[in-house]
Amino acid sequence: MGICFHILLLNIKNKKMTAHAHESHTGRIWKVFGILSLITIIEVFFGIWKPEFLMSPWLSPFEGGFFGAIGNFLLGIFIYIKPLNFFFIALTVVKAYYIVWFFMHMSDETKGLRRAVVWTSVFLIIYLTALLLIEGSYVGDAISPYVKWDY
Amino acid sequence: MKATSALDSGVDSWDGGGKEPLKASYGKMMMWFFILSDALTFSGFLTAYGLMRFKFSDTWPIADQVFNHFPFMHGDHPMYFVALMTFILIFSSVTMVLAVDAGHRQDKRKVTSYMFLTIIGGLIFLGSQAWEWKNFIGGNMGAIQMHDGKIIQFVNADGKQIALTSFAKTGHSTRINHEKGNGIWFSSGEALPEVSLAQVLDGFNADNSLSIRIEKLDPATGDKIVLARAEAERFLAESKRVVYGANLKVNEYGNTQFADFFFFITGFHGFHVLSGIIINIIIFINVLLGTYEKRKSYEMVEKVALYWHFVDLVWVFVFTFFYLI
Repeated sequence: MGICFHILLLNIKNKKMTAHAHESHTGRIWKVFGILSLITIIEVFFGIWKPEFLMSPWLSPFEGGFFGAIGNFLLGIFIYIKPLNFFFIALTVVKAYYIVWFFMHMSDETKGLRRAVVWTSVFLIIYLTALLLIEGSYVGDAISPYVKWDY
Repeated sequence: MKATSALDSGVDSWDGGGKEPLKASYGKMMMWFFILSDALTFSGFLTAYGLMRFKFSDTWPIADQVFNHFPFMHGDHPMYFVALMTFILIFSSVTMVLAVDAGHRQDKRKVTSYMFLTIIGGLIFLGSQAWEWKNFIGGNMGAIQMHDGKIIQFVNADGKQIALTSFAKTGHSTRINHEKGNGIWFSSGEALPEVSLAQVLDGFNADNSLSIRIEKLDPATGDKIVLARAEAERFLAESKRVVYGANLKVNEYGNTQFADFFFFITGFHGFHVLSGIIINIIIFINVLLGTYEKRKSYEMVEKVALYWHFVDLVWVFVFTFFYLI
């Protein structure tokens, strides 16, 4: 599927290079709409289906000092979250890319403006997310033994 | 534009709009940076939601069990309605970008019709949002809250959730909702739930096939744990009141934080949609009046389109984190 998107994407890029100013991009717009709809349908389909092999992490955490820690860091997306959720987040980012690049015409802006907006948001959001999720799971581990479940 | 410039110094600076650093007009660049800051605001909310979710990862409500309504259909239909809402918003984004495209070609008639469709799409989305809120606030099956705040839902022999009204023993007491007309000293109070706690407990004791579902998730299956009958009775000895629907204090579906974040994040997003519609209407009127035709540039349509696409972009993330994951 990744390859499929990539081919579509290359098509779009080639078109853009040959396009003249003030020429209609209607075809490209409908193509992007098709891609966004397809991704949404896939997400809903998997959200209802919830296949067994995507519902629990594929790897268990590595043990053992420095290299274990490195391994857990590098392969974290296969160790700490469900593959299905990783799949959903990846598809969401793809959707965000198509909206920003082709609906908001970010691809037509200069490199400086593009990086000022995209890099700033992407890096700050990754940083914030990492901090808050690590903290959240720590607090969860700390308090859950004290919650009463037997009466 | 040059006329407004006091001095053309010939260096790259904003001299009243004549120069365009990064080849973007002042308005467009400022819209981009506003969107950047707004994106960080939303990511603050969504990561705060993530923090709470990781904190309560062993008890968090399952979205499919919460948002399972579809208009004119009974029963359990998770995902479909929110998928429809997503399509509506993506489609209104498409009509918006088509309006921008028509603006590049100075096609006033097409800009008008596409912007009109965008506004209609936005209104339909807001209406859907309101309907979703109505269902969430009104509640579905009803639940019981325990003294320590935990939520108990009821299941039949198959483990399927059932409504409180389907088994509660009604009719053995007369309960009258306190209204303005029937008391001298009226102080407003909460409306009475359809059934009382005593009626629910009586109904439960009368039917041995019933059991309860607690908030805790089974780590193996990811579903809420259904208790055996004997254990369920010990839980129910601690019950405090009947709960219908969700608000900022209590949530029929489980953790109150879930409801708080739902109201806050979808409410903030809905407020963006509302303001987007209002700005769209203002620009739409200007298009009708021919303002941009005289200006020979539809750049204002592009700027409001940036905002509108951003609202769509945020919804894509809200959709993923609230409904899919």
